[in-house]
Amino acid sequence: MDLSVLQYHFMQNAILAGLFGGITCSVVGVFVVTMHLSFIGVCIAHAAFAGALLGLWLGFSPLIGALLFSLGSTAIIGPVADRGELNPDTSIGIVFSLMLGLAFLFMGLMPGARTEALSLFWGSILTVTQQDLIFLAAVTGVIVGLVVAFYKEIQAVICHRGVALAVGIPATIVFYGLLFSTGVTITASLQTIGGLLIYSLILNPAAAAYQLTYSLKKMLLIAVAFGVVSCWAGLAASYLLDIPSGAAIVITSAIIFGLATVFSPKRKVKGWRQVPPAG
Amino acid sequence: MDNTVIEIQDAVVSYREDVALQGVSLEVKKGEFIGIIGPNGAGKTTLLTVINGLGKLVHGQVRVLGSRLDGKRGGSLRKRIGYVAQVENIDPRLPINVRETVMVGCYGRLGLFHRPTRTHWETVDKVLEMVGIAHLSQRPIGHLSGGEYQRAAIARALVQQPEIFLLDEPTASIDQKAQHEILSLIQLVHREYRMTTLFVTHDLRTLPPICQRLILMKDGRIWQQGSPESTLREEVLSQLYGAPISIPTEIASSFHSSQ
Repeated sequence: MDLSVLQYHFMQNAILAGLFGGITCSVVGVFVVTMHLSFIGVCIAHAAFAGALLGLWLGFSPLIGALLFSLGSTAIIGPVADRGELNPDTSIGIVFSLMLGLAFLFMGLMPGARTEALSLFWGSILTVTQQDLIFLAAVTGVIVGLVVAFYKEIQAVICHRGVALAVGIPATIVFYGLLFSTGVTITASLQTIGGLLIYSLILNPAAAAYQLTYSLKKMLLIAVAFGVVSCWAGLAASYLLDIPSGAAIVITSAIIFGLATVFSPKRKVKGWRQVPPAG
Repeated sequence: MDNTVIEIQDAVVSYREDVALQGVSLEVKKGEFIGIIGPNGAGKTTLLTVINGLGKLVHGQVRVLGSRLDGKRGGSLRKRIGYVAQVENIDPRLPINVRETVMVGCYGRLGLFHRPTRTHWETVDKVLEMVGIAHLSQRPIGHLSGGEYQRAAIARALVQQPEIFLLDEPTASIDQKAQHEILSLIQLVHREYRMTTLFVTHDLRTLPPICQRLILMKDGRIWQQGSPESTLREEVLSQLYGAPISIPTEIASSFHSSQ
């Protein structure tokens, strides 16, 4: 295999983008999967996409547009899902379709060629800029730092939210923090993976890890490994087979999920055996 | 010296059109064990949520452990209040085991940026031993039976070292043997720690004989309260539940023998 391609700057950037994107998407994916909030995540992803298109149309940074829309949609969806004022599926579905409608509207109103806008659909890890990479690295650092600093609060909220609130943990703040982290992660990865594909990279590695362990720490580590492997293997497949990189990454992550499900020890719940207590 | 730990004055709680509590006033002394009974929808659970600050008052005020409960103080007061709800449906794949779940009880008091120490883990192991599920400590929480899950929930509340213990239908949806074991455990805990305890149930058969006072609730109000001898009477309970109620002899005698 010819490895000379690795000496090119664009490929080095792509590998780093895959590393950071794989880490951060998988970490927030663990929150979303464990809390059963997959549909909320899909909705936030589409909001970010619509925001980025608005930025492109009006001539400001797509990153800022994506950030504003993803955080804005989180601020709307979170309380709606939380308070049960409306059926969450219905209300999230309405916000989701609205965001998709806005995305197509902004795209339709855009004058001239829409190459950049279309690239936001499926992303382009091979053309990631230094600025995108720095933003993605910073977001990864912040998300990982927050998880390390607030691990016990996050564990309590994603596994036992009602209990967390009852024992005096600021569970609502932690919950919204996790949703906002999802929005920021999606924004940072939009350019690399693409608005239509980003959510698979959030969901698939975490869902695959969920099949394999009963430990949250291990689930985070496995999800991160799967996320990074998906990005790098997808990148390699993209280069070798001359196929779109975003699609290759997402398909790789879906294959990993399929394998994890087939070989999941959790499918054999009756076969579970007690492990002697630690210490 | 006033040893009132819970003081509720004219509390009104409303969920949209439904008024869940209608002007409830109540005083609870330190170390009391109170049973709260009544039909479904009587406001029993809402009363507990008012005490731990999760229920939103539209009128009235609540003082708990000497502090007036409001939005700001709710979190810090909840660290001092143990809460056990009825068995909930848990995802069997949830990535957390029994020992970690019980440790969550410590997290509120530990505060942000502090990690549990070896002493905290030793406390968790000791409490797991006490509630009889030490052998399940490494088992995923979603793999426990209803009775085992409630023991874990009680253990979690105990490691919190609460001053008030709220039990909301802890024996609902579990089999009779497990109900009996959980009731014995709750009474053992009260004798050991002397925590102020409020025990909610709609099922008279699961009322712990250790209750010193019974509160009978109906339609969001305290309908009657008093000693078990004065309230556990068939004519009173038949009116409360709106249907003829006969009190099994073993329940009546268990209350008399425990006083």
